[in-house]
Amino acid sequence: MSARTTRRPLRGPTDDGPIVRWILIALGVGYISLFLLSPLIAVFVEALRNGVEASLVAIVEEDALSAVWLTLTVAAIAVPLNTLFGLAAAWSIAKFEFKGKAVLTTLIDLPFSVSPVISGLVYVLLFGAQGYLGPWLDELGIKVIFTVTGLVLATVFVTFPFVARELIPLMQEQGVAEEEAAISLGASGWRTFWRVTLPNVRWGLLYGVLLCNARAMGEFGAVSVVSGHIRGLTNTMPLHVEILYNEYNFAAAFTVASLLALLALVTLVLKSVLEWRYGDEIAATHRH
Amino acid sequence: MIPGFGITFGFTVFYLSAVILIPLAALLLRPWELGVSGVWAAVSEPRVAASLRLSFGAALIAAAINAVFGLLVAWVLVRYRFAGKRVVDALVDLPFALPTAVAGIALTTLYAPGGWIGQFLDPLGVKVAYTPIGVVVALTFIGLPFVVRSVQPVLADLEREFEEAAATLGATRLQVFRRVIFPAILPAWLTGVALAFARAVGEYGSVIFIAGNIPLVSEIAPLLIVTKLEQYDYAGAAAVGSAMLVISFAMLLVINALQAWARARG
Amino acid sequence: MALEIDGVTKRFGTVEAVRNVSLTVQTGEFMALLGPSGSGKTTLLRVVGGLDLPDAGTLRFDGQDLTDVPARERRVGFVFQHYALFRHMTVAQNVAFGLDVRPAAKRPPRKEIARRVDALLARMQLDGLGKRYPTQLSGGQRQRVALARALAIEPRILLLDEPFGALDAKVRKDLRQWLRALHDETKLTTIMVTHDQDEALALADRVAVMNEGQIEQVGAPDVLRRNPASPFVRDFLSEGEGI
Repeated sequence: MSARTTRRPLRGPTDDGPIVRWILIALGVGYISLFLLSPLIAVFVEALRNGVEASLVAIVEEDALSAVWLTLTVAAIAVPLNTLFGLAAAWSIAKFEFKGKAVLTTLIDLPFSVSPVISGLVYVLLFGAQGYLGPWLDELGIKVIFTVTGLVLATVFVTFPFVARELIPLMQEQGVAEEEAAISLGASGWRTFWRVTLPNVRWGLLYGVLLCNARAMGEFGAVSVVSGHIRGLTNTMPLHVEILYNEYNFAAAFTVASLLALLALVTLVLKSVLEWRYGDEIAATHRH
Repeated sequence: MIPGFGITFGFTVFYLSAVILIPLAALLLRPWELGVSGVWAAVSEPRVAASLRLSFGAALIAAAINAVFGLLVAWVLVRYRFAGKRVVDALVDLPFALPTAVAGIALTTLYAPGGWIGQFLDPLGVKVAYTPIGVVVALTFIGLPFVVRSVQPVLADLEREFEEAAATLGATRLQVFRRVIFPAILPAWLTGVALAFARAVGEYGSVIFIAGNIPLVSEIAPLLIVTKLEQYDYAGAAAVGSAMLVISFAMLLVINALQAWARARG
Repeated sequence: MALEIDGVTKRFGTVEAVRNVSLTVQTGEFMALLGPSGSGKTTLLRVVGGLDLPDAGTLRFDGQDLTDVPARERRVGFVFQHYALFRHMTVAQNVAFGLDVRPAAKRPPRKEIARRVDALLARMQLDGLGKRYPTQLSGGQRQRVALARALAIEPRILLLDEPFGALDAKVRKDLRQWLRALHDETKLTTIMVTHDQDEALALADRVAVMNEGQIEQVGAPDVLRRNPASPFVRDFLSEGEGI
């Protein structure tokens, strides 16, 4: 019998020691708390600083209500438009082979790498008073910049890729076998889409729409450029936050901001639920 | 044969052109009414040059911070179990979901001289709000999810066998990380860093509140575009915008190349 | 006597993958662990390699207690079923890895490492492939790179987990003879895990037949064939001959 060595490897060769583990978790959670959790808490604390009643007054005020209404309106137009586009783009890219597919896919992602300010700027350059089409449209009595139309366009630009980029990889992964089977059984293309394709991608679609909507309601830079900040007319919620803040009306600014933060939290919760429950049915990149 | 290619492809190309490509072309065409020398003058004017330097410099620093801590957070989320892990995991996406203006005023309140965090930094002589450091803070916030979400799935899919093999060959834990794990996640990590950088360069909403927007000091390029528009200097705004756009395209090409590299390695 | 496994138990949650197993492997012996999937043979091999920690029992090697020694200090050559070759390293870098990671004081000079790598590659019939990447090799070549990498650290014992599992039948047969020849030449103590009766009986000096986490019988191939200790051993061995 030999003497037992005194070392005791309480962990396998791929596990980190408790001290390393503890330090890394502390650093990671600390970093998240400092940069993500503290701003989130600050929004709600500042909003409720003068009590719930004061907050309610700030929301029920006329300009704030019209900002809420405008934000909902813009999202209600922009999100369905980009959803329709996302479905069409995914259908053509995932189910068919054609030249230039890679280029098309890259172009669809383009708005993500463009500054939001530029997303608004391009429409001012097209439709503004000194824009390429502005004077011509003006004669026809059509105004785009400083109107709801401009807000919708800018929002469509920044939220353009969301639905498409969720659906394309998902539909590619699913292939064409089921659609071909349905068609061979006599189903029309339209019916095949509704009965076969759509049910297969429904959670991925919902996921994309969710993210698209969050960005549409929260977008600031792009709409700021085309809005003109006309109170009660072209002021969305994020723009209203800015105006209130710049008027040193901090409590009201944070109250409207807290509504937007609530929207963000609801989005995060729904997103997490989708990832946990339907991880296999949404695009491969979101499986944890 | 599945039907519907004509109409869906046609709609895709039409919508893409109408909403994205033609407007972007309008941006790239506009500056040239100033002439080549005029465009150069507009872009190299000290205030514009300073703002471009700040936007790219601060974005680079923020991306570097996230490169380190994003990797750390991804590691912790994939490898360890701890209370509240799911909450932390969900919270990582907050910068995607929280409107940038909300983030902007919240960060300003935190880092202002009397704010929760600012009050501790003030005695040390560190001013964050209304300085370039504030810009870095906002851009770090905005870029945080990219590195985590790029690295996380690759790290999760990495077979433990590679680490076990390295261990039986005598490597220490640090050697295993440096020589086996890190090279395997390198393409994903670089992609995440590039994405965070690209996003930060163009960021507007979260920055303008905390930056103080002092010309030549803490004024970012996107804000200068807005300022020029308000002065009806369309061509000048377009010149700055085009400069940013061209650099963003270059970044996009780099990111695509990185992703192709990652796929080739997989 | 080289390796003594004494009363080893390994649980995963409530499942006992290995139950109170004892086994002795002689110096220079080629031992096969044979059994159906889920019989605990791979787990036992991983316990010997230090990759899984036993819940009970001890391991001794040449009288030294190995139970508490971490994997990286055990000097075992472990060859994984899917080879686990480092994809971002060349063949030569893979083989050199175990020498490269040694602390500076124990690390051979760069030239000496290169010389040893070349010698190993030559012995594995992999001359000239040092600069290739693992993805550019055939399955049989990868298998031999994994073996070369494991042998580079001059292991005290060689552990092979289903070494031919991922190869097609023709390559399997060739590699089998080659491996036996290599063992006869090096006399390195070897444990091989396999679910293939023919393979175990053809290659090993002795075979340990495992079932449900326990060893049913240990013996030389002809002993097992002539005197199976249990119906399970008899049935499991005869399956292979029928095919």
